Amino acid sequence: MVTSVEVYLDNAATTKAAKEVVEMVSKVMFEDYGNPSSKHTKGVEAEKYIKQALGTISKTLKCHEKEIIFTSGGTESNNMAIIGAAMANKRSGNQVLVSSVEHSSVKAPFRYLEKQGFQVDYIPVLKNGMIDLESFKNMLTDDTILVSVMMVNNEIGTMEPIQEIGNIIKKFNKNILFHVDAIQAYGKMKIVPKKYNIDLMSVSGHKLHGPKGSGFLYIKEKTKINPIITGGGQQNKMRSGTENVPGIAGLGKAVELIYTSDFDKKIQYLYDLRAYFIEKLMMLDDVYINGVCDSDCKKMQTAAHVVSASFKGIKAEVLLHALEEKNIYVSSGSACSSNNPGVSSTLMAIALDKELLDSTLRFSFCFDTTKEQLDYTIQALKELLPTLRKYKNY
Amino acid sequence: MYKAFLIKYGEIGVKGKNRYLFEDALVRQIRFALKDVEGDFAVTKENGRIYATAKSDFDYDEAVEALQRVFGIVGICPVVQIEDKGFDDLANEVIKYFGAAYKDIYEEKEITFKVNARRARKNYPLNSMEINMDIGERLLDAYPKLKVDVHKPDVLIQIEVRSMINIYSIEIPGAKGMPIGTAGKAMLLLSGGIDSPVAGYMIAKRGVSIEATYFHAPPYTSERAKQKVVDLARLVSRYSGPITLNVVQFTDIQLAIYEKCPHDELTIIMRRYMMKIAEDLAKQSGCMGLITGESIGQVASQTIQSLYCTNEVCTMPVFRPVIGFDKQEIIDLSEKIGTYETSIQPFEDCCTIFVAKHPVTKPNLNVIKKDEKQLDDCIEELYKKAIDTVERIVIQ
Repeated sequence: MVTSVEVYLDNAATTKAAKEVVEMVSKVMFEDYGNPSSKHTKGVEAEKYIKQALGTISKTLKCHEKEIIFTSGGTESNNMAIIGAAMANKRSGNQVLVSSVEHSSVKAPFRYLEKQGFQVDYIPVLKNGMIDLESFKNMLTDDTILVSVMMVNNEIGTMEPIQEIGNIIKKFNKNILFHVDAIQAYGKMKIVPKKYNIDLMSVSGHKLHGPKGSGFLYIKEKTKINPIITGGGQQNKMRSGTENVPGIAGLGKAVELIYTSDFDKKIQYLYDLRAYFIEKLMMLDDVYINGVCDSDCKKMQTAAHVVSASFKGIKAEVLLHALEEKNIYVSSGSACSSNNPGVSSTLMAIALDKELLDSTLRFSFCFDTTKEQLDYTIQALKELLPTLRKYKNY
Repeated sequence: MYKAFLIKYGEIGVKGKNRYLFEDALVRQIRFALKDVEGDFAVTKENGRIYATAKSDFDYDEAVEALQRVFGIVGICPVVQIEDKGFDDLANEVIKYFGAAYKDIYEEKEITFKVNARRARKNYPLNSMEINMDIGERLLDAYPKLKVDVHKPDVLIQIEVRSMINIYSIEIPGAKGMPIGTAGKAMLLLSGGIDSPVAGYMIAKRGVSIEATYFHAPPYTSERAKQKVVDLARLVSRYSGPITLNVVQFTDIQLAIYEKCPHDELTIIMRRYMMKIAEDLAKQSGCMGLITGESIGQVASQTIQSLYCTNEVCTMPVFRPVIGFDKQEIIDLSEKIGTYETSIQPFEDCCTIFVAKHPVTKPNLNVIKKDEKQLDDCIEELYKKAIDTVERIVIQ
């Protein structure tokens, strides 16, 4: 059974750009290609696109336009937030805290801080991937200057209790900075950083049908943070380099397309898909769902677009390629780290059975995903699982 | 300062009547190698020597690197070419040349030299001996710390008087071997590992054109594993010239073996089929031998008993150029030819899937043949399908 239709279930890795986004990017590159720093009309025109994107994005976050700094994407935003905040505040203390289930673009900057002499402590998580709030409370000290916790886990979709974490931090000491990696969350839920006591928040454009190489960092007004890229002093000296105008305009367009008046309805659609898919998966033999798996999908505990499932007795990579032959595209572990065959640290952190670590796939949806596509996927799994288990090589 | 390269070749020089065939092949390979180098070159054969002469500005380092990948070249001598404007001018040029090439060493330590002139143009006013002595003297005047040593000089300055005058003294080592295209064609069994690209390189070095076969086993091996093999073939082709890569869909055969034969013999039986398929493809494309990266005792399938069993299916000679190498020696060579970094990328290849915990290390051919019979009802069809569905990728 081969379909010519592509079933792309790897939207947590990256998404297809929306048509309007492509048109916007193309228009800026081809017609309004000026440098926003130029004094002539061409420059002014280009600047308008940035202002427009700022307007769109700040409205979704209910924040000021000046609180948004455009970057090259999630990795840069995370680096800037973590390294920039720690360096600017090192006189106030030496301890930084980070959850143990972060993406490598958060983990690596923290390892860098460790080398620079900071004390880095890792917050443990519970079996479903959520921060252990009790342990966390006891980890805060007078020396703490920065806490970083992701909003939605990229591998299993679990939502961290960001609001509670924010409250705990600010109750303890309002000067401690709170960074949130919202790369898998923004575009999948409404986020108001001020309500959650978030000081720094990272977002990537290509996860929400925007261009690759686009993204931003939300920096709450008056937050002390150092730039990590210096030069011509663009974006209030926070991020030098000629602005990526096509990327920024495309990102703005993508955000506009997602945060429409029927946003809640669209998200509910994803939750319904998720529940439907999990229900069907659980009917297969020896398949286990990771993270929050109640089929009623408690909304404040999991993102709507990620399902992580372990297939006992099957090597994830083989199943991935077998699905690929049927035009179904999924991910084993986190796509960003699939090139490096280490075991997923998130799956380790949630203490997944050793036997299942290497048998876990991630399915991630977008608004274009349909029930029919999921049925087709389930059908493919039904065919493949017995065969692959028969030829298992360990 | 250099305008040309004098190409020195070894073994070809002792060939008899068909020497010109080898020289022509070498000229072709040099032209091919210099094609991608910045600059225009004329490659010419004159009086039993090959010159690559720059006809425009060129990137020296790039040119040397390209020439160093051409089999058949023993040494590459960068040459300064001047017009004949009289002997005084020649002497000054040699002094200038020496300064440019050796000034730093000269200032650091004592060096010895010798001048060796040759006249292809016999109407030059001085004879070779006179040139040697005169130039030697002027060099000593210009660089008083220099010493003459006619037996074992540190620097041997060669002066060739032709229509132009060539001055050179440096010889950069070449890749040696024989020019590609002078020794027929052989089929390389190319996996994603470290050994097989090295084996291909070594046989190509003897002038053999290379074709390659790769066994692809989706979904157990990924598209990236295949890409890795394509990348490796490309790296080998920098030396060997264009390679046609045959990609064989091997999954069905592998699964049939897994299903019907004892698991500890899996690898041996699988390799027998690989050799058989490779040989069939080799025959189709006019190859006269197979090349593998096997090395005795490296893994269970490369014990002498295993090699005996896998070799049995072939009638063509099987070349195993790294057979006596230690792993580290193969690694060293793969680093030298630039395939190591690609080889160690961590993608499964078809030999690492379905590996038994304890494969046989001393297989008995009769037992293997008997167990292979289990495949009789299906193998013919699967085999034909594998041959018929081969994908051919030309890599250059």
